[in-house]
This record gives sequence, structure tokens and C-alpha cells, in this order.
Amino acid sequence: MSWEVVIGLEVHCQLNTATKAFCGCSTKFGAEPNTQTCPVCLGMPGQLPVLNTVAVDKTILTGLAINAHINLESKFDRKNYFYPDLPKGYQISQFAVPIVEGGYIDIPTKDGGEKRLGVTRIHMEEDAGKSMHEGLDAVSHIDLNRSGVPLMEIVSEPDMRSADEAIAYLKQLHQLIRFLGVSGADMEKGQFRCDANVSVRRPGEPFGTRTEMKNMNSFRFIKQAIDFEVLRQIEIIEDGGAVVQESRLWDSVKSESRSMRSKEEAHDYRYFPEPDLPPLRVSQQEVDAIKAGMPELPGQLRQRFETEFGLSSYDADVLSQTREIAAWYESLVAAHPADPKRCANWMANELLGRLNEIGKDLSESPVSALRLAGLLERIGDNSISGKAAKDVLDAMMESDDSADTIIEAKGLKQVSDSGAIDVIIKQVMDANPGQVEGYRGGKDKLMGFFVGQVMKASRGTANPGVVNQRLKELLKG
Amino acid sequence: MPFSSLSDIQNRLNSGKTTAVEVATLYLERIAAFNDELNAFVHIDPAHVLAQAEASDKYRSEHEARPLEGLPIAVKDIFCTQDGPTQCCSNILKDFHAPYDAHVITKLKEAGAVLVGKTNMDEFAMGSSNETSAFGPCRNPWDTDCIPGGSSGGSAAAVAAALTPAALGTDTGGSIRQPAAVTGITGLKPTYGRVSRRGIIAFASSLDQAGPMARSVKDAAMITAAISGHDSADATSVADAPNIDWLAACEAQNMKGLRIGRPKEYFVDGMDAEVRASVEAALKKCEELGATIVDISLPNTEHAVAAYYVIAPSEASANLSRYDSVRFGHRCEEPDDLLDMYTRSRDEGFGSEVKRRILTGAFALSSGYYDAYYLKAQQVRTLVQQDFIQAFEQVDVIATPTSPIPAFKLGEKTDDPLTMYLSDIFTIAVNLAGLPGLSQPCGFANNLPVGLQWIGPAWREDAILSAAAAYEGATDWSMKAPAAFGGES
Repeated sequence: MSWEVVIGLEVHCQLNTATKAFCGCSTKFGAEPNTQTCPVCLGMPGQLPVLNTVAVDKTILTGLAINAHINLESKFDRKNYFYPDLPKGYQISQFAVPIVEGGYIDIPTKDGGEKRLGVTRIHMEEDAGKSMHEGLDAVSHIDLNRSGVPLMEIVSEPDMRSADEAIAYLKQLHQLIRFLGVSGADMEKGQFRCDANVSVRRPGEPFGTRTEMKNMNSFRFIKQAIDFEVLRQIEIIEDGGAVVQESRLWDSVKSESRSMRSKEEAHDYRYFPEPDLPPLRVSQQEVDAIKAGMPELPGQLRQRFETEFGLSSYDADVLSQTREIAAWYESLVAAHPADPKRCANWMANELLGRLNEIGKDLSESPVSALRLAGLLERIGDNSISGKAAKDVLDAMMESDDSADTIIEAKGLKQVSDSGAIDVIIKQVMDANPGQVEGYRGGKDKLMGFFVGQVMKASRGTANPGVVNQRLKELLKG
Repeated sequence: MPFSSLSDIQNRLNSGKTTAVEVATLYLERIAAFNDELNAFVHIDPAHVLAQAEASDKYRSEHEARPLEGLPIAVKDIFCTQDGPTQCCSNILKDFHAPYDAHVITKLKEAGAVLVGKTNMDEFAMGSSNETSAFGPCRNPWDTDCIPGGSSGGSAAAVAAALTPAALGTDTGGSIRQPAAVTGITGLKPTYGRVSRRGIIAFASSLDQAGPMARSVKDAAMITAAISGHDSADATSVADAPNIDWLAACEAQNMKGLRIGRPKEYFVDGMDAEVRASVEAALKKCEELGATIVDISLPNTEHAVAAYYVIAPSEASANLSRYDSVRFGHRCEEPDDLLDMYTRSRDEGFGSEVKRRILTGAFALSSGYYDAYYLKAQQVRTLVQQDFIQAFEQVDVIATPTSPIPAFKLGEKTDDPLTMYLSDIFTIAVNLAGLPGLSQPCGFANNLPVGLQWIGPAWREDAILSAAAAYEGATDWSMKAPAAFGGES
């Protein structure tokens, strides 16, 4: 009998505010340990939190982007537990009444359709500091720079039925958050971390006992961890055992998970309303204003690229991956409006490919949209062949010269003059009498050979269309 | 002069009859003479006090005097100050030095006050007798075998014995009013949100409020005027709190037209007969001054203490988690591991009453008990608030005894926390409702002071200050001072 996998995800996402959630300290990443702290985020006696309203706005924006309900009154609670990197001994979070409830994210399915995955809630909370144990003997070090950095926790419904769906959801969410500009969402810096709740059941049965994979920050590890966990659970049940509700930690080196703590050992967080913060009230007008400032979202952008520029869904998808890529593409189209599809091809296949090879971001691209448009113009007016243009682009990656300068210097300007091409064709025919004979004897396939020879002889500058046409003519004899 | 009011001293300073240095010297001498007996101060730095006084005299010579120019004010050890240690009378904060001033300390400095030192208190303000202090009990100047009340016992004893003309306390369930009552002075707990809590070591955040302990109603008003006001760094400090003309409120000569509520739940069997008689006599006096006494009921009063002893410990259990020995405060010797460090440091650092309340609070919040305890207590809190709202539809102010009993003997109730908790039976509801409350002297029981409590609607400190000022003007209870310390009893 088959098994059904049930997955729910909790994503902790650092909001990219300039200052922390409840004090004025900087949130800049990578500073010397404990240099971005103050009495508030150090949990000193008598210190009180003051809410960063920018964090509130960013959370609301995220909620609106997933079509969720915004609670005009939400509440903060204290989540109590002891850990050295948690200065107050409690985390300020939202438990009973989060600011965002009930939204969804659509992911593409294999059959070209969409699947709607529910988002239960998004709440605001503060991050803890960092404990460091490695390489230390008998002591631990604590860096509280991260203490108090604002987070949103995005909790999904248990709607995913495979690791692939979970990853699709996460990628969609990750992309959305980057688009909204509410978080750097840099997974390596821990700005986008995921807990996965996983269980298995026979189709139609109630939910099985779930385990929670904690704190994963790579799509690859998340998929591995879920796949591993699904197999582990199925094996336990098929062997007649029972899955134990517990938190587990993914060991990416050993590619296996291990138990962190069981339900019996689970924390009782003793949540209660945070008395230092009054209920958070936002007006419908404020929500509407945030909504009005909502940037174009990836789905809308994809759609627009397809209809407005006639792009294939693949190209539209590639070019709407990030707000930066989309903006770059649009500026390329603005500079070369004649052929948005050509812009898409050259950007998606040629430029991004080359950048990928040299390990650079689009923002670091040596070729600007304007310079690339200069090259596309020459393709458009038949001054240069597509093949030669690739060589030009290679050269442009390594110099600041314009496409025209490079074309000139390399003598790559396309030759469309039939007289000049006829001269080359005749040279090629003279050099290959056997093949001429063969062609005339009915070997049509030799046409390709002649085109190649002519292009080679012209160092790629001959216009392939004219070459084809003249070859047919002259080979007739 | 030692038993002069703050405003009398202010007049003498203003008229040039004395200087801030002379005033400070006088009280420093009295502290030197009497503090060993009372243990009212736990930290005093005479040189620093004199330096502030000198600076004040200099300021006065060059500028117009500020509202509290040169006036000595002591503060409870719960207020963080950059100068000297702030220990909350707990071993867990032994030798802790705060790198910041509490908002009210900044306000006092800005008003020109001379900060005298840190006064004794129950550890983390948890207690009604000042006996839980890590620095030993403070004693009542009227009878040094008796407690001075708590938790602001040190501030109360210091003012009552004129070791300082005024002091700041904090009041979570009566910690200003009850000690003021049993030491025969005046104490005001302002409306919750009137005074910033920033830099005040938190006990129960939704209840804590700082206020003055002084020798007269006007003195209390002067100090409250200086320390109150919005603080953008305390989200519970109210930005648009109605303003009050604090000093004008104290000009009241009579109570004509004033409707005073007399809640039957505050005059009950089991309370001290002489306390009751003193308060009844005070109400009679109010009638003579033109007031109407209206019998009212605050029916949920009987549940207030129970609700308080769930809510306050619950909040405290979280507020005191930061004392984990990781960043500051007491750490045990040679911990085996993290858990050992936590448990032993906290076991050594906290006293038994603090531990009792942390455990009570953690239990009340724990999974499976939250609804029955914390949630239920919050519901009671709402009912208590509603009681007062309804009562203030009928009356302008409410008058009650502050404490059902006068000061008791040291050690008398230390083994019986429940009886101890009942000393706050008449003050707790005011904190649950966030209302202003004032205690002023109104007589004696067994030769120990009795307090009259005034309760006003939210933000109407002026109403209770007026009533209290009129009563004070018509009686001489506020003039009484303990003979053993040079006063006139």
C-alpha cells in the first residue's frame, strides 16, 4: 500500500530593518561580536522594548502579498525559556493573536497547473543571539549582535504532499520575500531558515505522528532532510513501530537526522501577554497605504512579460526570478525596443550564462543593459550574424568597448553584398570540385557543407541568408 | 528643620535662609546618627551628595531655581542610577552598577533635586514588611521592634524619621501606600502610565508604578509633577495623559460638594478596631469639611488579592529570568555545566520569598494551568476595574483604610506568607485597576500610625490630592513624628 507524506513548514525570516525590533541598535550583519548591543537587547534590569514600526509595515506587506487577513489589533506575548543567548530569558513573540492570518501561496504543478498551499499565520518576533561552542574548551562564547533583530515567522498549513512541493513552496516564498524587499532572505546568513514538520499516513487516514526538523537553511538540505525523514518514518511503521513526536536536527555532513528532544522533554514556553507592550493597533488606512505601495509580484510580472513582450513561459520565468533581473531586462528592452524576445534570449541564455560561469551577480555584470542593447541593434540591422555576436559579447565581457568598436576591430561586420559573397563562394567551389560534383549529382545534404565552408572563409561575417540563397543559385551551375 | 516639609525647605532655600549644602549636611548627619538603628539606607555616598548640593547652590546662583532645586530626595534601591550600586536589595544583583539612570532619576536631576542615596526594600519589591531584603530588615521609627511596611520600607522609614525630607518608592500592590500608612507619612501611587517605568527594575510590569513618599500632600504633588510625563522609551507610558495642575490641586481648603465613596468591603470584621475607628473618624471629619459620604460596594474586592497573587508572580517569573548569571549579577563558583550554573546561581542569589513567587508564577503560566489561573485572574482583574468604573459614576473619590492593621512586629508574619499577603488587602485592587491611590496619616492604633487611603478615577490624581490636602489642613496628623528621632508625637 502506498504512503502519503504530509508536510507543514515554519519559516523564520529576518526583516531587513535598519534597527532592531525593540531598540535602536543596528542590524548590520558581520560586525564584531557584541558591538551592536544596548541595555535593551542585552536584557539589562529595568529596560523596556519599544516596537519598530518599520518591521510591522514589512510584515503587513508580506501578509498582503499572500492574500492574508491583517489583524488590525494584534498582541505580543512572552515565550519563556532559558538559554544564554536569550538575554531576557524570554522571547517577545506573537502567540494568541498574530498580525497576519490565513493566506496562501500557489505553486506550479508538473501538469502545468497550480496547487494552492495555505499559510496559517505570520507573526512578528525577535531573534536570539548566537552561541559559539566550536573550537572552545570548557567555555562557550555568546554574540548578542543578533539579539532583538526582527523576524517574521511564516507558518504554513500541513498542505505539502512531497519534498518537491515543500521546496516549491519555499522557493516561491523566498522569491516573494525578495521581491517585496522585506528581507535579504540570504539563507547562508540565516536570514531565511526553515523548520519542517513531517508525518506519513495511509491515504484517507488521519494525520500521523509528526516530527520537526529544526533550523535548516538550504533548499538542498531541506529536501534531503524531508526525504530522509519520510523513509525513516515509513520504515518504523512498516516494522510495526510507532513514530515518536520529537524535534530532530539535520546533520548535513552525515546526511542523516538525529533526535534533539522528545515531546516529554519539550519546552513549556509558558506564553503570556507581554505587559511591556500595549496591543498593536494599525488602522485600515495604514494597511491600505501599504497595499498601495505593493511592488509588482513575481506572478504578475511573469504574466506581463508573456503578454506584453510575447515571451515564452520559460523566459518569462527566468527573467522574473528577482526584482533585479526583471528591472535589468526591462531596461534592456527600453534600450532595444525593437525585439523584446531577442532581449530575452540574449539576456537569459547568453549574458546570465556568462555571468554564471565567472561567478558574478547581475549587479556586477561587466556589460550594462545599454551596451548589450548596442550589440542587439547590430543583430537587428543585420550588421552582424548571431554567431559573430556571441564572440563580440565574449569580448565585451572583458573590455569596456562598445559592440560597434569590437565589431570594427575584429572585422566582424556582416557581409550581405551578393557580389562579395559570390567571390567567396566561387573560391570555395574551386577548392572543392568533388563536392560540387556530388551536389549536382543529387546529394542535397552537401548544402550544409558549403554553407559552413563559406561562413568559415568569411570568418563568420557573411550573412547566412544571402549565403544560402547565392549558393543555391551558383551551385546549379 | 529635619521634620520640615519639602516645600518649607524650598521656601527657606528660595529666601536665602539656607543653602542646599546646609540642608544636605543636616540630613547626612541624621543618616549617620540614625541609620544603624533603622537600616533605612543601603547605600549612601556623602561626598557625592554634597557635590550635588554644591552644584545646586552654584546653579541657583546663576540661574532661576528649578522645581526641586537643592531638595534632598532618597530613592528606593529599585531605581537604576549611574551613580552607586543598584541592587534591588537582592544578592543576585550584589554590586550591580547600572550604566544608565531610570527615567524618573533623570527627571529628578533635571528638576535640580539632590539624590541622597538608595533605600532599603523587600527583595525585588516582593514583600509587605521589608523583611525579605538581602541587606536585613528596616525598622519602623515609631517602634523599632516593628516593621516599616513594604516593599518601600526604607523610603518610608527614612522620611518618617527625617533622614530625608522625601523619597521615591514603587507600588505594585501597595508598596508605597502601605509603608506610608504604617510609618505615618504621605505616599502617592500615580495612575498606571503616568510615570515612566524605564530603568525601574521590574517586578510586575502591568502593575508597577513609581511615586513619592513625603511629609505632606503638597510635597507628594511637587515630586509627582517632576517625575511624571510621557517617555517614548516606555510603551506603557501614556502619551496623551490628561495634564494636572499639581500644586493648584493641593490648595483645597474644604470638601464642599465632594462625594466620597465608602466601600463596605473595606470595612470588615477582622481589621484592627482602632484602625477602623481612626478611618471612621476621618470620614466624619470629611463630612464636617462639606463632603457627602456615600455607601458603595466594590463587590469583586474579595477576589482581588487572589488575582493579584497570580498575575504579579506570573509577570515576575518572566521578569526575573534575566538574572541568569550570564551577563551580569551573581554567578556561582565553578559551575559544572550550564544547568548547574543557572540553578546554583539563582538558588544562591534569590531569597526565599522571591523564589516562592517565581515558582508560583511559573506554575500559574504552565501548560494545563494557564486557563485556570492566569486567565481567570485576568478576568477578575477586568471585574475589579469595572467595579471602580461603576463606583465613580456615583462618587468623586473613594476613601478606605490603607492597611487593615498597623505595623506588626518583625518576624511576626515571616513564617506565614498568606497572612503577610493580607496586609495588602486594601491596596491591591487599585493596582489591578491602574488607578491613582494616596495614603495619608489619620490617627494612631496602639500608638502606631494609621493610614487613610484615597482612590481616584484614572488620571484624576488632582481629585485625591485635593481631598487629602483639605483633610491634612483640617487635622494635625501629618505633623506627628516619632519622638525617638527628635520629632513631636
